Amino acid sequence: MDAIKRYLRSPPAVIGLVLLVIVLAMALSAGWLFPRDPLSLAGRPLQWPMANPRFWLGTDNSGRDIAAQIFYGARISLLIGLVATLVSIVIGIVIGALAGYYGGRTDTVLMRLTEAFQTLPNFLLLLVLVAVFGSNIATVTIAIGVVSWPAPARLTRAEFLSLRNREFVQAARTPGMRDLRLIFGEILPNALPPVIVYASVVMAVAILLESALAFLRLSDPNVASWGNLIGLGRDVLRSEWYVSAIPGLAILVTVLAVSLVGQGLNDAFNPRLKGR
Amino acid sequence: MRILSLAGRRLAASVPTVLLILIGIFLLLQFAPGDTVDAMMAQMGGGDAATARELRKFYGLDLSVAAQLGNYLWRLVRFDLGFSAIYGKPVVTVIAERLPATLLLMISALSFAFFFGLVLGVVAARRVNKWPDTLISTLGLIFYATPSFWFGLMAIVVFSIYLQWFPPGGLEDITTVNTGLWRVLDIARHLVLPTLTLGFIYLAIYLRIMRASMLEVQNLDFVRTARAKGLDETRVVVRHVLRNALLPMVTLIGLQAGTMLGGSVVVESVFSLPGLGRLAYESVIQRDLNTLLGIVFVSALVVIAVNFVTDLLYARLDPRITSGV
Repeated sequence: MDAIKRYLRSPPAVIGLVLLVIVLAMALSAGWLFPRDPLSLAGRPLQWPMANPRFWLGTDNSGRDIAAQIFYGARISLLIGLVATLVSIVIGIVIGALAGYYGGRTDTVLMRLTEAFQTLPNFLLLLVLVAVFGSNIATVTIAIGVVSWPAPARLTRAEFLSLRNREFVQAARTPGMRDLRLIFGEILPNALPPVIVYASVVMAVAILLESALAFLRLSDPNVASWGNLIGLGRDVLRSEWYVSAIPGLAILVTVLAVSLVGQGLNDAFNPRLKGR
Repeated sequence: MRILSLAGRRLAASVPTVLLILIGIFLLLQFAPGDTVDAMMAQMGGGDAATARELRKFYGLDLSVAAQLGNYLWRLVRFDLGFSAIYGKPVVTVIAERLPATLLLMISALSFAFFFGLVLGVVAARRVNKWPDTLISTLGLIFYATPSFWFGLMAIVVFSIYLQWFPPGGLEDITTVNTGLWRVLDIARHLVLPTLTLGFIYLAIYLRIMRASMLEVQNLDFVRTARAKGLDETRVVVRHVLRNALLPMVTLIGLQAGTMLGGSVVVESVFSLPGLGRLAYESVIQRDLNTLLGIVFVSALVVIAVNFVTDLLYARLDPRITSGV
């Protein structure tokens, strides 16, 4: 209860929450406001925003409604962000927990692996993964998750290192509890809060990574993604710059909302660190 | 000398990391649909199966995966990255042509982000929770949330199309031949927008870290002692607080080197710069797997080199690191 009160007392956190709710509302209402396929032809191409009352954000170079693409794009961005974050957090937790709990050789091997992933530029690895496994929305999402796990893994490992010899763990070990139950039943729930807060950073980066891939036309071309629209608008940047400008603002607002909420949660749950 | 041996030991420890990366990526690329011979055959306009078999034998592609991997690693020891069928040149040559533009972009973006991140972070920390701090922190959050390719496009709209201050792309003007100082100035003019585009995200990260670490160091005992000795405020901030607050910033350079190389893929394709990032993008599109593997290798080397330099810098800023161990 205290945490909620502390959260609501911070203006940036509230602004973030409001923005996030707006983006969520856009995602939920997309099918209802724009019942037609957002990628189908809607009218004359390249109409400026407000020029035609039917298209209040205008149309893109192939005559598709930009507003519809923005609303459906909210779905794609949130979906990819959430699933990719889940993938990376699960991989990160498993690897970090094993490395932190067992230590020794397991730790060395797993940390070498983590280091290798961190030495390799993550966007480059993403390009390789997309080149190898193709670029439909499922593979792109999993690939983004696969390149983002090292940081959560390190965080989980650090938590496990500090928790594994605490009294409650020893107390659970004495009656002969098995390792896996100790790791996932006893230690993990205590190690989880900072990892969950960090998930907001992973999610913000995941949304940005997907939009960059889509901008380079390496993401799924058959979904209404904001990055796709920006890439498309690049061809008409000289005169009709709004085609690229509008979806970019949508990405900015979404990523900002996710990071503000994450920051707010962090401050609310760790009040001692506030003001840093 | 102790600094060098310490950093050298860390450098030696990164050899297995590079090996791990290369083996991993090599095996991963075995899953890729089509090989070099397929790409070459497509370029030649097709051919019969016998020719394909001959070519596979010539390039050693008919061997087992393990043997191919062994061959690749052995060639790598001699710094032979193979041959790019698409560019018709050795991969080393292709990469060497593209590396300077990327390094130039990375260094200028990093300097920009580091310098302004430091200054803005110090200003924000000095006026904590007053309006300059709020303004700087808000701007930082917004920069962090801005997709870099979009920022680049909008910068092109404003500064190249409407104001016409800077060129919209390319590394230098190809319509006129410039030499000496004029060439340097011309390249600098072309690099302004890419530098800002790549730098702004890191600026946001650096200023946040700088602000946090200034706030932390500001309240330590030795700073109070320095004030009590009667040192003036500037001296306290520069000599005592700043020097210690810089440590996390330097760590961050090493950590961010990889993501910065990744970011240059996008920025280079927005501004059509002939760099390593765009080469990576092109080789993904054209299935030029030899080149892609070479780029992975070279970028891992760049990241490790940056970390080596960071280690040296770190030891210089904090003498305890070398004397303690």
